[in-house]
Amino acid sequence: MSVSSSVWPLIYLTEMPLLPQQVIELVSDPACGGIDVFIGSVREHTQGRRVLRLEFEAYEQMAVKEMQKIADEACSRWPVQQIAIHHRTGTLQVGEIAVIIGVAAAHRAAAFEACRFAIDELKQRVPIWKKEVFEDGEVWVAAHP
Amino acid sequence: MELNILAFGIAKDIVGARKLRYRVAAHTRVGELLEQLQRQYPALQGLNSLKVAVNSEYVGHDYQLSESDEVVLIPPVSGG
Repeated sequence: MSVSSSVWPLIYLTEMPLLPQQVIELVSDPACGGIDVFIGSVREHTQGRRVLRLEFEAYEQMAVKEMQKIADEACSRWPVQQIAIHHRTGTLQVGEIAVIIGVAAAHRAAAFEACRFAIDELKQRVPIWKKEVFEDGEVWVAAHP
Repeated sequence: MELNILAFGIAKDIVGARKLRYRVAAHTRVGELLEQLQRQYPALQGLNSLKVAVNSEYVGHDYQLSESDEVVLIPPVSGG
């Protein structure tokens, strides 16, 4: 592990900008032949409406706990070496990174599958909420049918 | 008894506060709390889902609440 990577936790919720290189360094391991990285960013349009910004809020203590559980579950289901999940909170502009998931494994199939699992589960159960702010209003995403 | 309730996302907007002190009958279960809240705040009924966490863990409708619990209203999550 490099010196800089030891500063950052594997499971991390922060208002600061997320850095893909940090996540890659965190999960890098000589035993691994591949690292799969998913980066979720703020999209410019939702159903034809132009997004000005996103506002994320989290129930922090539980969000970190659920992110840790997801990482643990992924490690028990696939032969992966290391998983990092970093999620941003606060106000994000179009193009900024909201989430990064990094998975290192000896072989790529496990890394891809565990990474997919982690982002899918995160969207289902981690208590984080995002509000899309448009020019003419705002919407809590997924709140209503 | 009086519960400490935290509300996030759209649930916070609907109840009008992040933190509520909320009176319920002793031995109230989560399902009963939700029914009481939905009567008082009908907009909660229009959500895709409304879950409850106690002390940072999801709990089911049968969970019996106590005054020391930190109760959290969890509307549909949308992280990522």
